[in-house]
Amino acid sequence: MPLNNYIGFFRILLTLIFAMCLRIVPLSSELAVLNPDWVLIVLIYWSLYIPERVGIFNAWTFGLLTDVLLGRMLGQYALAYSLIIYICLKFHKRLRQFPLLQQGLFIFFCLLLSQLLLFFIKNLQHPAQLHASFWLPVFTGTLSWPLVYGLLSFVSMFRRIK
Amino acid sequence: MAVVLSITLLITEHTNSKLGGIRTTISIFVDPLKYLVSLPITIVEQISDSASTYSALKAENEILKEDQLIHQTRLLKFEALEKENIRLRALLENSFKLGEQVLVAELLSVNMAPYEHILVVNKGTRFGVHPQQPVLDANGVVGQVFRALPFTSEIMLITDPNHAIPVQVNRNGLLTIAVGSGQLNRLILPFLPSNADIRPGDLLITSGLGGTFPQGYPVAVVDEFTAQPNKAFATITATPKALLDRNRELMIVWSKSVPVPLIAKPAGIEEGGLDAIK
Repeated sequence: MPLNNYIGFFRILLTLIFAMCLRIVPLSSELAVLNPDWVLIVLIYWSLYIPERVGIFNAWTFGLLTDVLLGRMLGQYALAYSLIIYICLKFHKRLRQFPLLQQGLFIFFCLLLSQLLLFFIKNLQHPAQLHASFWLPVFTGTLSWPLVYGLLSFVSMFRRIK
Repeated sequence: MAVVLSITLLITEHTNSKLGGIRTTISIFVDPLKYLVSLPITIVEQISDSASTYSALKAENEILKEDQLIHQTRLLKFEALEKENIRLRALLENSFKLGEQVLVAELLSVNMAPYEHILVVNKGTRFGVHPQQPVLDANGVVGQVFRALPFTSEIMLITDPNHAIPVQVNRNGLLTIAVGSGQLNRLILPFLPSNADIRPGDLLITSGLGGTFPQGYPVAVVDEFTAQPNKAFATITATPKALLDRNRELMIVWSKSVPVPLIAKPAGIEEGGLDAIK
């Protein structure tokens, strides 16, 4: 059904835009360090549950948008997102059957991998001295997975996205 | 495929950074989000503005008027001093940079990178903003424009660990460089020897070297000087004058890079006469 298709597409787009807003929401400096990579978490959710909709190219596009949004070097988030979404798409059938805890573990490794990639690229540009809190968003992101999972499954249940 | 694309992008940007066009195009889609995120805070501010009472407004107005009067009387003298300065410099056959244009930009409440001190303001290339422009507030130097996009621009604060600003001690003209420390209330002066003539309380102003910042704007006040006999350089820290974390209005400055032409030499003093004075 083409109409339903459009609605589903807009729903995914809206959640991703919301995630991007959350990414740059103004917080005090202590909280800003904890702000997880919402865009990636939302992308992972959609790629696990509607893999025919959210592909690597979408992930790459949103990575590029995030690059511009955060004023990073063009391509670093694009690279991280497309690699991780590739992994998610590869294993989505198995991951969907996992209980939430095991999924959380998988998310943890995904976020860690993306942060490692970003760290690696940063280091290539110029040897960076980073605070240990650079790794904190990985933990907060993992903790926020049940929340994102609940919210987004509500969003997709609201009207079944085909 | 996507991996190859992104790696190509990374490499091209790293080597010759000519992707400004792509970034500009994408930013047209992304920049509205920045406005959207800072919208609630703007609305709250507007509501509190419209809710303030008549008497409060009147009191504020009176204070502002008094301030204006004081500033104007100061300016009266300033103009005479400026003319005098130009004349003196003409005598010394020195060119004098003068005339700066200012654009007031408002901060967008957006948090981009927690480890870098980068602000986003609501003026971009559409207003003629370009990279490396100095940015000031009412108290001193804030930073410089780091990247200008059509609708927003990113400003790197002087306290960013990747930022350095050439400064001068106002008391004696000692030149040095102030480097950002990564903390909002601290600059570091790493290149001064232990016997340098610098004291806590000294005002640091921009020296005008390097060409980015115009000369003579206050940057910071020295607050600690520790001589380290076993090391080549002393550890000196300074507090920025500008309220880096509190102000919402910033001024982006265009300094005219063409020096003002010298005033014709005063009659009566010939070439020989000038040399004699020297």
